[in-house]
Amino acid sequence: MVHGEAWTIKDLFVLPNEYVYWSIQIVLYPYMTGLVAGAFVLSSLYHVFGVEKLKEIARFALVFSFALLPVAMMPLMLHLQQPLRGIHVMMTPHFTSAISAFGIVFLTYGCIVASEIWFVYRKFIVESIERLEKKQRRGIESLMLMIYKVISLGARDISPEALEADHKAIKFLAGLGIPVACFLHGYAGFIFGSVKANALWMTPLMPVIFIMSAVVSGIALCILCYAIFMWLRRWALKRGKTFFIPEQVAGTMEISDAQLRDVQTYETRMTSKYLLIFMTLAITLELLDIIFRGYTAVKSWDILRQVIYEHDFVKIFILQYGIGNALPFLMLLLPGLTTRRACLASILVLFGVLMMRWNVVIGGQAFSLSFAGFMHYQLPIIPYSLETFKEGLGGALMVAVTPFVIFYFLNMIFPAFYSEEEAH
Amino acid sequence: MKRRDFLKNTAVFITGASVSLSALELVDPKEVLASRPDLRWGFLVDTYKCVGCGMCVKACKLENDIPYDANVTRTWVERYVIMKSGEVVKDSPKGARDGFTSKLVDQGESGPRLLRDKEIAQGFFVPKLCNHCTLPACVQVCPVGATYSTADGVVLVDRKWCIGCGYCIMGCPYGVRFFHPVVHTADKCTFCYHRITKGGNTACAQACPFGARRIGNLRDPNDPVAKEVLNGRVGILRDEYGTKPNVYYIGLNKEVH
Ligand code: SF4
Ligand code: SF4
Repeated sequence: MVHGEAWTIKDLFVLPNEYVYWSIQIVLYPYMTGLVAGAFVLSSLYHVFGVEKLKEIARFALVFSFALLPVAMMPLMLHLQQPLRGIHVMMTPHFTSAISAFGIVFLTYGCIVASEIWFVYRKFIVESIERLEKKQRRGIESLMLMIYKVISLGARDISPEALEADHKAIKFLAGLGIPVACFLHGYAGFIFGSVKANALWMTPLMPVIFIMSAVVSGIALCILCYAIFMWLRRWALKRGKTFFIPEQVAGTMEISDAQLRDVQTYETRMTSKYLLIFMTLAITLELLDIIFRGYTAVKSWDILRQVIYEHDFVKIFILQYGIGNALPFLMLLLPGLTTRRACLASILVLFGVLMMRWNVVIGGQAFSLSFAGFMHYQLPIIPYSLETFKEGLGGALMVAVTPFVIFYFLNMIFPAFYSEEEAH
Repeated sequence: MKRRDFLKNTAVFITGASVSLSALELVDPKEVLASRPDLRWGFLVDTYKCVGCGMCVKACKLENDIPYDANVTRTWVERYVIMKSGEVVKDSPKGARDGFTSKLVDQGESGPRLLRDKEIAQGFFVPKLCNHCTLPACVQVCPVGATYSTADGVVLVDRKWCIGCGYCIMGCPYGVRFFHPVVHTADKCTFCYHRITKGGNTACAQACPFGARRIGNLRDPNDPVAKEVLNGRVGILRDEYGTKPNVYYIGLNKEVH
């Protein structure tokens, strides 16, 4: 069977070679990179602009962003027909291609996040080494000690001057990270925006739209996950369990349930405010795009209008704008915001952004280059071949779950909830 | 390309240090072709002559190892039926591999549609293939340079280097590209490069019983195709994308794009 045939249904006049070639993985690709970029921007709000109120969640967002990072690669690899050759992108980068810059931007960004985390946690790492060296070690602790020793890179100086230098470095890296994160995602939008053969994607607004919705989704995910992990911590605290909270394994943190709850509510409220700001920008830009297309109505508008107002009406106006944008917007706006409501709103926002990616990627391929036919995409749910697994529900779930697994392990080394007096 | 050649050269050099130096000299295709700046392949399609028999599609599939029953094809023929009401109905079932033998027009999911003879204003056939653009969108977007233009104006895909990202497929405004169902890399018409560089004709042009398809050298003023392209009234498809195609059409209607 030809690639794409398994999930494409053709209607009216579609060219013989046309299929929905970019399927769910390419929907997830900008979604995942968006989450990475968004989480990082959130953490930088505190580090760069000194938004003190976001202190707690900023550290979490940073570690989480790092956990998400490798996952941004995954969908790209999964959808390649020749995944083993992925490295060719680095060996013969072809700079007229938007994708080819990906490796470079991605690596740069990865380095920035990694070094920022390193500076943020340097004091903790050194202290952990000292603490573990002193005590009687049990199994896992020896391993931890070894890991800490390696990642400390031998920099064991935690004098006030050294720490001061760390702060400067963090601020610089966070500042540098913002444009790079935006670039990382802006150019994910550029990949689409520069496909001149596609009438829906072909707009210079695409990168900006992508950046804004990226920040929105990243913040929403942070709010949600922060709440979930806080809830887990409280649950574990009450029962004296420690496997969710390595900082307690390390014995560096004593905190009561009530304190935790306070912190959680406060951080969620503060973050929601920023979420609202970015949501307004994102929605405005997207609506502007549609209105502009309708107003200027070039040749392709005929078929675009059919896709937007007929074929994808439910997906665009009900699911994306209605349930994914308007509803959570109202929920966040109403006074007396509780954590629960903020979480619910965040889930809707995340869903809305996913739908936006879906409508751009799949919707962009919904009409034929002949401008006379349509293609419907049916997500393969039950896989009967590697291809239908990779580009079906299974592959999508795999991508969605991975960051949490990574975060779980990363959290053991860099406890995201660890806090101390001069935490950053 | 250069970088890859460099890597290749280096690898060859290191492993083959004991081989005599002359054996190491790699032939640079660009250099060979630069010695023939008088060559530029162009293709001419005469829509007045095409009857939609599908011989070209069949011949192409067989010549170029595109699985016969796979629903992709390097070249295809479109049928246009223009109704008196102004409505344009088009189809190309299986790329017209088996020719148009029925009055039923294939409308995909919506099912076949029967058009009444007396409502039809005109009908014609338009063969399509890769346009071997002078400014190819596919070459521009390929992240690894697996798609490239040769100096004599043919756009080719390096099957050993293509990573199968599908960017070129999305980038081509003509929808001529697809993934080869067997080798799983991007594929498309090559103007039968393996034949024309040896002085042969393309499989489709050879198979066409009516001479609707012809290939020629646009730089040779005595070439019949070049003469027609330079002096006749010919059109190209989707000029607005700025890809500057090298496939020219005689008798192009505004309904075709
Ligand atoms: S027609 Fe498409 S595949 Fe052929 S050269 Fe032009 S852009 Fe590339
Ligand atoms: S599918 Fe192959 S030829 Fe096409 S852009 Fe990707 S790497 Fe290049």
